Amino acid sequence: MSIEIKVPPLGESVAEGTIARWMKSVGDAVAQDEPVAELETDKVTLEVPAPAAGVLSSIVAEAGATVGIDAVIALMEEGAVADAPAKAADAAPSSQALAPTTAPAAAPAPSPSPASADHPLSPAVKRLVKDNNLDPRRIPATGKDGRLTKGDVLTAIESGSAKAAAPAASSLTASAPVSSQPPAVMPRSDNPREERVPMTRLRKVIAQRLKDAQNTAAMLTTFNEVDMSKVMALRSDYRDVFEKTYGVRLGFMSFFVHAAIHALKEFPAVNAEIHGDDIIYKNYYNIGVAVGTPQGLVVPVLKDADQMSFAETEASINAFGQKARDGQLTMDDMSGGTFTISNGGVYGSMLSTPILNKPQSGILGMHNIQKRAVVVSSSSGDSIEIRPMMYLALSYDHRIIDGREAVSFLVRLKDMIEDPRRLLLGL
Amino acid sequence: MADQTHADLIVIGAGPGGYVAAIRAAQLGMSVICVEKRATLGGTCLNVGCIPSKALLNTSEKYHEVASGHLGDLGISLGKAKLDLDAMMANKDQIVHDLTGGIDLLFRKNKVTRVTGMATITAPGQVSVSNDEGTTTLTADRILIATGSEPSSLPGVDIDEDKIVSSTGALALPKVPKRLVLIGAGYIGLEMGTVWKRLGAEVEVVEYLPRILPGMDAEVARKFQSILEKQGLNFRLSTAVKSAKANKSGVVLDIEPAAGGDREKLTADVVLVAVGRRPNTDGLGLDAVGVTRDERGRIPVDEDFETNIPGIFAIGDVIPGPMLAHKAEEDGVAAVEIMAGLAGHVDYDHVPGIVYTAPEIATLGKTEEQLKDAGIAYHKGVFPFQANSRARAIGQTEGFVKILADAATDRVLGVHIIGHEAGTVIHECATAMAFGASSEDIARTCHGHPTLNEAVKEAALAVDGRAIHI
Repeated sequence: MSIEIKVPPLGESVAEGTIARWMKSVGDAVAQDEPVAELETDKVTLEVPAPAAGVLSSIVAEAGATVGIDAVIALMEEGAVADAPAKAADAAPSSQALAPTTAPAAAPAPSPSPASADHPLSPAVKRLVKDNNLDPRRIPATGKDGRLTKGDVLTAIESGSAKAAAPAASSLTASAPVSSQPPAVMPRSDNPREERVPMTRLRKVIAQRLKDAQNTAAMLTTFNEVDMSKVMALRSDYRDVFEKTYGVRLGFMSFFVHAAIHALKEFPAVNAEIHGDDIIYKNYYNIGVAVGTPQGLVVPVLKDADQMSFAETEASINAFGQKARDGQLTMDDMSGGTFTISNGGVYGSMLSTPILNKPQSGILGMHNIQKRAVVVSSSSGDSIEIRPMMYLALSYDHRIIDGREAVSFLVRLKDMIEDPRRLLLGL
Repeated sequence: MADQTHADLIVIGAGPGGYVAAIRAAQLGMSVICVEKRATLGGTCLNVGCIPSKALLNTSEKYHEVASGHLGDLGISLGKAKLDLDAMMANKDQIVHDLTGGIDLLFRKNKVTRVTGMATITAPGQVSVSNDEGTTTLTADRILIATGSEPSSLPGVDIDEDKIVSSTGALALPKVPKRLVLIGAGYIGLEMGTVWKRLGAEVEVVEYLPRILPGMDAEVARKFQSILEKQGLNFRLSTAVKSAKANKSGVVLDIEPAAGGDREKLTADVVLVAVGRRPNTDGLGLDAVGVTRDERGRIPVDEDFETNIPGIFAIGDVIPGPMLAHKAEEDGVAAVEIMAGLAGHVDYDHVPGIVYTAPEIATLGKTEEQLKDAGIAYHKGVFPFQANSRARAIGQTEGFVKILADAATDRVLGVHIIGHEAGTVIHECATAMAFGASSEDIARTCHGHPTLNEAVKEAALAVDGRAIHI
């Protein structure tokens, strides 16, 4: 019985996608829900799963084709057992085999779990993963306490489902779909001393959105600096108890997220959005936290971050970071942000001018913490002290945020970081 | 009699199953009374089983090394070896004494109350104990039966522990028999048979089946039989013993082919009966309390080790499963952990079987026959100790390591070893198999050189056809 494999719903206002690659070929056996193709859209890269167990009988949309929602991309025969896989290789040693004990269509018998990241890989697993360039985190594990066994990896190799570094795995924040057409490009002959590489769809989309933000907002950046010594002392005092109590490390981000939320409450224009001729002020605080991945920058959103405790904030950021590295962020994870925080400091950036994350009106840039000689005033006069300092940058849309508001926002945020007791008192 | 008469748990039997269960229960916070009929703790294992036999296996091997003149080949010359059997037995007895005393100390350390006497379960939660001083009633929330097993015999063969002995009597013979006939070629019999052979007896083995070591991998059994024959043991396989009668000068046995045929007579000074063991479940009052037993006298239990009567549990040799001390220990720990509300579990697939002859045999997991019967495709890697440098260096080159691995996943399904220290060497495989290791995992683990364990690594390489040293 022939079954159609169709393009699934792609999310808010996304009408089409491109087949990035086929993970299965005609004639391959597929298990139910096993991914058969990768589909790229403006926002995410999705896997298209097989609706039933069977054999892929024909591919209708080849790699590179653009397809709309519900379009048929392939056909499969339900239940038919595959011919012996052509690429048996080291996955199925030949002699003495009475019957293949792991047919590709059958799921492993003990219910597999995603491989636990905590266990070191056994020698055979390490070797197989390396030889075949696999991502162990994507292989279902049936071993003791969630460990991967050699059999698990062999099964994954046979079903081709665990390749590392999918070509375009992560994605961007939600936004209106790209509207402008790319400008016409002048022809150019190939130079042997140059290499022409097509932009991935993701790269194209990132480029488009950055230009869109610059072309729309009256964007400029105001700076300030913040003395991190009190936050660092607080962290140092409570780091162990915090970790013991909550099982998550106390980083800096929770301080900045919550200081930003206080400042956003005080200066609501920074949390607002221009829509046509209206300004939409938002009474919720969805703080996007930018995460760098090998594929590009993505911004998962902490929804209603004002309701989260410090521990919940840190835990959510960690979880998103892991999801981002695994290429598992969903569109829902990345949509609905009202303000963004980006930390270039982890890469060593001293000072920068972040670009707005449309349609938001403000973005906070954090930078590296550097010991600097600063003048400290006290009742006994001025002195020079060595303090751990961080430059802060707030890029904002001057159409709705005036200079005084932007500067005051940043000063308020600085005050709360420099004296964390203010966070407690809401000052 | 102890002052304490009520506890959370009463354990009947202080063998490896019982005493380990009692100690674990105490660690978990239960109050425990352990009832043992013997004057010494440790059950069959410590008193008349594992420990004394291993002591005699060791001393008889040393005697044999000297008596055989083998040491002369190594440049060590001695006069003619003399055997003082009484001293050898005294050494064994001292070891047993020290170890059984050690269990006493462990009980005291863990505050396990010890009661000596014969126990009868009179009602759920109630145990009656009788000894010379009288009878006491003990009560507990739970009762754990760990009464172990006894040697069994054959119809027509009455064990008198004088001329017709079980393993118990075989451990304490007053002098080396000139001719010993061993009925039964299982591991208990063969161990004791080799002890007396080394000490100078002529040993003949009569076995009903066409092979020795029932249940073990057939290739191992075959190869080991040749090894024992080279050591001078005689085998009569496929032979049934119809009767054995003791008289003033020795024992006369009536034997005939297992398939039927002409009878023959054998004579012996001592006959050792080693045809199996039966569970000790008589005299416990089980029928009156309603605890069911199967046709072999074993007590069926559920996965919580509970019998059909709530509150009465059983472990070790009295329940189905291999009758091994270490299996009883695992049962005991699991049973009391489950009682304490923890997850207790015994991995019966990976209970090592070890025969303490010289060379030793050690097995773990499935035999080739079991895999074939189950239709499981497997690959086999074999490495002989002849090719292992440590084995050559110490002159212990008999035997081999055989590893069986799943053909598709390479998971290790069975390991079988004949060799010096096989019973120690196999434990790296026990750990590996507990984690579902593949033969490649063992092959890619660094093994120290020069060790006997390298033979395991090479056998693992051999599964993939890439052994280096052969």
